[in-house]
Amino acid sequence: MILQQLVNGLTLGSLYALIALGYTMVYGVLLMINFAHSEIFMSGAFISLLVYQRLIPWLSPSEAWLVAIVLAFGGSALLALVVERFAYRPLRRSSRLTPLISAIGVSILLQNAGFLFISDQSLAYPQVFEIRHYQWGGVEINSLQILILVVSLGLMGILHLFVNRTRLGTAIRATAQDSTTASLMGIPVNGIIALTFLLGGALGGVAGALNGLYYGSIKYNMGFIPGIKAFTAAVLGGIGNIPGAMWGGIILGVLESLAAGLIPNGSEWKDVIAFSILILILLFRPEGLFGRHVPEKL
Amino acid sequence: MNRYGRHGAWAASLSFFLIIPFFLDGSRFAYLIRLGGIAGLYMLLALGLNLVVGFVGLLDLGFMAFYAIGAYTAALLAIMKMPFWVCAAAAMVVAMAARLAVGFPALRLRGDYLAIVTLGFGEVVRLIFTNWDALTNGPKGLPRVGESIPPISLFGFTFTSNLHYYYLIAVCVLAAAWVCYRLDHSRLGRAWVAIREDEIAAELMGVDVTKQKLVAFGISALFAGLAGAIFVHWENFVTPESFTFWESALLVCAVVLGGMGSVSGVMLGAFCIVAVPEFLRDLLGKSFADARYLLFGLSLILIAIYRPQGLVPSRRRSLELHPAEPEENAPSTLFDVEGK
Repeated sequence: MILQQLVNGLTLGSLYALIALGYTMVYGVLLMINFAHSEIFMSGAFISLLVYQRLIPWLSPSEAWLVAIVLAFGGSALLALVVERFAYRPLRRSSRLTPLISAIGVSILLQNAGFLFISDQSLAYPQVFEIRHYQWGGVEINSLQILILVVSLGLMGILHLFVNRTRLGTAIRATAQDSTTASLMGIPVNGIIALTFLLGGALGGVAGALNGLYYGSIKYNMGFIPGIKAFTAAVLGGIGNIPGAMWGGIILGVLESLAAGLIPNGSEWKDVIAFSILILILLFRPEGLFGRHVPEKL
Repeated sequence: MNRYGRHGAWAASLSFFLIIPFFLDGSRFAYLIRLGGIAGLYMLLALGLNLVVGFVGLLDLGFMAFYAIGAYTAALLAIMKMPFWVCAAAAMVVAMAARLAVGFPALRLRGDYLAIVTLGFGEVVRLIFTNWDALTNGPKGLPRVGESIPPISLFGFTFTSNLHYYYLIAVCVLAAAWVCYRLDHSRLGRAWVAIREDEIAAELMGVDVTKQKLVAFGISALFAGLAGAIFVHWENFVTPESFTFWESALLVCAVVLGGMGSVSGVMLGAFCIVAVPEFLRDLLGKSFADARYLLFGLSLILIAIYRPQGLVPSRRRSLELHPAEPEENAPSTLFDVEGK
């Protein structure tokens, strides 16, 4: 029973981790909570579904979905870039509140765009391949969960290598550490900020497509709860900390699944538990589980 | 605007909003009265939130939680046939108690973390009201079948029509605006602004920062509790769905749109977030009615970019010393990095 919940929690947690990376990277370079990230996630789900429906007459379902998820990856990245360019970049020098207002505006705009131009109802997300169930020592895992784990852990691994082993990754880390100095060292800070949005958006979009596949339906307001939970995951791991976001997502997913499975009526209360974790972490260990404690500058 | 101009604007808009509804009653524009009442409730909430966001400079993304707590407290008492003033007083007290209980541990936090804690708390409150069926009847809302919330009656007068509630709300809004205005010009208000501008300096100058923040929290919750109590008596119905995160976000937008820290500005902002989508609905006609929130989101972005000080900037804020504009070709860097 517990093992079964662990498997479900890992699946859920890897999705949270994928979304959380977008929050954490943007916070790392801009110290800004990108509220519209949950809508980027939603857009990934919609892009993949629309592409899939277009391609289905010509390709086999699994091929069509492969193209769809690649386009969700690219499309969401583009959308995140556009949002950054038009809604956040003009506000670089404003107070902390103003970008947040702008982000809420973007969020409302994108949700209503989905609501108006695509559908105001839940859309069924097709099952793109035969789902096989594997029993192993009383624990059941299906091929869909395996797919989600492989894709999300793979993407996270690639991101980790990218940030730590490439020149661009070094530039991202330098910008996060001290953007003024980074720009003096010849790093194009604006471009790097755009790059973090692009990476975060791409991962968020894939997470949206996988989420649609996993739950079998998508809706214009589907981003909100996963978005907040992914943010919780990012905070749990120490916001601005990339491995932290991955661990935070997985821990949160597992905790939520265990709570849903072990507490009577747990599934009703699982969101309360997630939000309570968020509040408690922020109150008692705001630097997160893996963050370093940074004393506030006076 | 000089002093007389401001007083004149206040007087003109006041008389407009107090006299016009009286003539609208019974005409085909009667729905505007209800709309005005809703705008009034939002004004109450926005004025309360402004104390925390505009004066003390602490962002709160879960303010609707206290509106919800007030509404549910009042509903539960009203179902037990308590008179309105008891319900309202209890709603205000309970909302304030909850506010202080959450506010106290959260005071140590940096600005954006505080925002997220309040967001989390707002969601937790909504979910508890949704799931605790025994107390709140869950998503089906209160009152349950067979119960009812009696209409408000004060001094032997029973409030029945929208017009009555409109005037009740108008009186509350005016009282709240007056309180805010007086606070703004008192020791308290100055202490809050000092905290907003530079917490450490304020502490060194002898402002008891923790206490003042808690006072601001407490007073803001009183407004929310009162608004909740009136809301529930007027609607005769309350469900957790009225208190989503979007509502809280819209309130923050109202405060920022209007002009943080400016009493009349915040009231204008609250009026805008209620009225603009409605006007757009009439303006766009049937086919585009659904597009109004799309335009609303767009206008939020545009206002954040082109007029971040709000529609009616607070005079004190515009007089404050602001850092000089960086040079033209300075590297564009982050927002101010201090934990404000």
